Amino acid sequence: MKPTDISAPDYFHKVVDCQWACPAHTPVPEYIRLIAEGRYSDAYMINWKSNVFPGILGRTCDRPCEPACRRGRVEENPVAICRLKRVAADFKDDIKSRLPRAGARNGKRIAIIGGGPASLTVARDLAPLGYHCTVFDQDPKAGGMMRTQIPKFRLPDSVIDEETDYILGLGIEFKGGHRIDSLKKLLSENYDAIFVGSGAPRGRELDIPGRKEAAANIHIGIDWLSSVSFGHTDKIGRRVIVLGGGNTAMDCCRTARRLGGEDVRVIVRSGFEEMKASPWEKEDAMHEDIPILNFMVPIAFVHNNGKLTGVTFQKVKAEYDAKGKRSLVPSGEADETINCDDVLVAVGQENAFPWIERDCGIEFDKWNMPKVDPKTMGSTHPKVFFGGDAAFGPKNIIWAVAHGHDAALSIHRLISGEDVQERPLPQVHVSSQKMGIHEWSYDNDISDDKRFKVPHRDKVVALKDIRAEVELGYDVKLALGEAQRCLNCDVQTVFSASLCIECDACVDICPMDCITFTQNGDEADLRKRLKAPSQHVDQDLYVSSDLKTGRVMVKDEDVCLHCGLCAERCPTGAWDMQKYLIDMTHAGTSCPSRARSAA
Amino acid sequence: MTYIAKPKFHHPGLTKNRLGYTHRDYEGKISTLCAGCGHDSITASIIEACYELSIEPHRVAKISGIGCSSKTPDYFLGNSHGFNSVHGRMPSVLTGANLANRDLIYLGVSGDGDSASIGFGQFAHSIRRGVNMTYIVENNGVYGLTKGQFSATADRGSKSKKGVINTDSAVDLVAIALQLGASFVARSFSGDKTQLVPLIAAAIEHKGAAFLDVISPCIAFNNHAGSTKSFDYVREHNDAVNRLDVLTGREPIAVDYAPGTVQVVEQHDGSKIALRKIDADYDAHDRVGALAFLQKHAAKGQIVTGLLYVDPDSEDLHSHLNTVEQPLNRLEADVLCPGSAALDKINASLR
Repeated sequence: MKPTDISAPDYFHKVVDCQWACPAHTPVPEYIRLIAEGRYSDAYMINWKSNVFPGILGRTCDRPCEPACRRGRVEENPVAICRLKRVAADFKDDIKSRLPRAGARNGKRIAIIGGGPASLTVARDLAPLGYHCTVFDQDPKAGGMMRTQIPKFRLPDSVIDEETDYILGLGIEFKGGHRIDSLKKLLSENYDAIFVGSGAPRGRELDIPGRKEAAANIHIGIDWLSSVSFGHTDKIGRRVIVLGGGNTAMDCCRTARRLGGEDVRVIVRSGFEEMKASPWEKEDAMHEDIPILNFMVPIAFVHNNGKLTGVTFQKVKAEYDAKGKRSLVPSGEADETINCDDVLVAVGQENAFPWIERDCGIEFDKWNMPKVDPKTMGSTHPKVFFGGDAAFGPKNIIWAVAHGHDAALSIHRLISGEDVQERPLPQVHVSSQKMGIHEWSYDNDISDDKRFKVPHRDKVVALKDIRAEVELGYDVKLALGEAQRCLNCDVQTVFSASLCIECDACVDICPMDCITFTQNGDEADLRKRLKAPSQHVDQDLYVSSDLKTGRVMVKDEDVCLHCGLCAERCPTGAWDMQKYLIDMTHAGTSCPSRARSAA
Repeated sequence: MTYIAKPKFHHPGLTKNRLGYTHRDYEGKISTLCAGCGHDSITASIIEACYELSIEPHRVAKISGIGCSSKTPDYFLGNSHGFNSVHGRMPSVLTGANLANRDLIYLGVSGDGDSASIGFGQFAHSIRRGVNMTYIVENNGVYGLTKGQFSATADRGSKSKKGVINTDSAVDLVAIALQLGASFVARSFSGDKTQLVPLIAAAIEHKGAAFLDVISPCIAFNNHAGSTKSFDYVREHNDAVNRLDVLTGREPIAVDYAPGTVQVVEQHDGSKIALRKIDADYDAHDRVGALAFLQKHAAKGQIVTGLLYVDPDSEDLHSHLNTVEQPLNRLEADVLCPGSAALDKINASLR
């Protein structure tokens, strides 16, 4: 293999698995260290800069970082990154003075459709640069699905108000209760750019017999949740069936439990394991005595003269073809009818753009989705950009934020007369953490603690009050313990071949057997000759240039604990621990293209 | 010195030996030696050899004297027996322990000061008595703990870190072990684990006095130009006569080397060593030839490494003395102390 080019910004970024997995590339280990130091406001601001909604995401994020967390490859559970983010939000001081101010007006006007996470991110990135941003939303308050679809017992209004206010306080014009019905009309108002962040507002229907007749007691999940959120709905029948296996279904069933549902069941077509809902959301539902029944396909709503009495299900089983593709086939068991008073249908969400005229310059694909460039978030209309669920269908908040950053950058470049396709490289800082012979500016002692549980409100109390937040969040002591579990993957092992005397000290001390000195070869061959078996080929090998004996140093990045013992036991300083920080390029980042600092 | 403990986590894919242990289970405390010390590589090699042989840690007694090398038993086999004795007295303590309990595996760890100076006599007598042990000298040619004076194994003409030339002749412990009748004699280099690990494993399997001289650069005081025990010097002047594969267990031997280059040596316990010849003229069964070969090469400044001599029909002190088969701690009191009638009988026989 060729020697690894550690000056490429992506190389060390990939080693920070959590940050690499995060769509917004939040510098996770950096803020976790700040939490361990008790610097909650600093930790919050790092999050705020990169993911805009630390308090909201700290409660609701889909956490792509956690399955990626290196700790999960070393022991059973990853670091509770998401809940640590909430700690930063819970314990911070007043940070208002640290927020940017609205920039001097540059005379450019941006229309932003929808007041959800993607839209607010665009507004936040552009307002400090002097843009006049106008956000339109059909609801009276900003927040979009974060406010209407996520139940208050998971995400209190106060948190949404606080974090949307930080953004609206940047001089953004918010037009609540203002629905956009025609893009053509908006285009005619001569905005310099338009951002569409209108979400995926339509709940998928379940068209089976009885749907129309029993409609009074059959509710579309997201509409019902938003009706609950606004206080229009405050009760439900005693026996409730929730159809669907995603996170919306989990929110529906738990909300139903609080509005009078005593016998609430979730029923899914697929197997329990394949459900789309996050494992922790399933756990939370089951903890509230909600059984999840699987391999049952709803085939009819049963009713008595229009009064819903139950749902009939066909029993199925999974079969896999030669390619491993799954299909659900009848199991041969008798159909089962389960009695109920109400049904909540949460079988998916769809986009709907009835308000975008098909002749206004925006092309749609065969699925009736706008054609959007995933790099620039631009549509086929040069001035119209998409983001969040409106761009590629339902995803989650953190993806919406990432889209928002990219779209804001595009809009800024478009209006500045720059090429939208050209994306400035991120800034990278790499600096040694050595303080003394065996002293590092980070805590390199690896904690053996297992993942700490987040305290929950007592179930009886929680189920009585739909606004009582179930999770209480870590206290300072638990947060410190959990923060210590972070392996500091951003403190990189940097190797200088010219200093190495091949004494083997690093090989001998490495607790994870990551380091091998051997003859060079191609990657597949090298992976076979490592000191410990290479289990994840997606994890890079760090290969040095040739050493004195003609061998090379090969480090499998996979399970490195970043404990720095290789550097401590190195007599010549050939190993050093260097902190890698990457600043993703946002709108207004003042760095010329292709210029960056690197190792 | 590293202040933190080595993390308990280990690579999830580590292989396990016959006992279900990983090599991490054979570790001890974290080393307090200087970073980069050759001794740490020897420690790692002992760990690896014990892991490969699936040795039960409680079957091992590690005994040492004084010095950097003699500190190392704290860094390996944390679940084994150990005795850190007086300076130079490791061989005596080991001999005594071995006589009392012949069932343990004895690992004597010493240094060039401990064995070639203050304990020179102890070393000599344990070897000539054929104590069943693995005697490892971690040889760096320098007194590291007292900041770099020449030791008795420093070559004449080699230079200290301060620039002083050594005028004394060197003690070659390998040559002396050969003369004194050691039945397994080897030399290796801490920077060459592929050679060292099987040598340690073979020495542990050997019945009788197995002597292993391991050149181990002192990173702080003897790794400079002009030293003959530095990483660079040893790598340049290393003349390996053979390589070993230790074959444990009962698997049939399958070695795929050109005929004539591999010699299989069967040891007492049935374990086998496949000896890959590098120097075709070298015969590892010829004590006299080995001595001559060693001295001829030493005169040329070359360091001969590998398994230099092995006697497959070796015997140990217990067979010489015709001692009882059972360790003393497993004999009942009436056997250990048969009473005055038995004493009278012995006394009468001596009259």
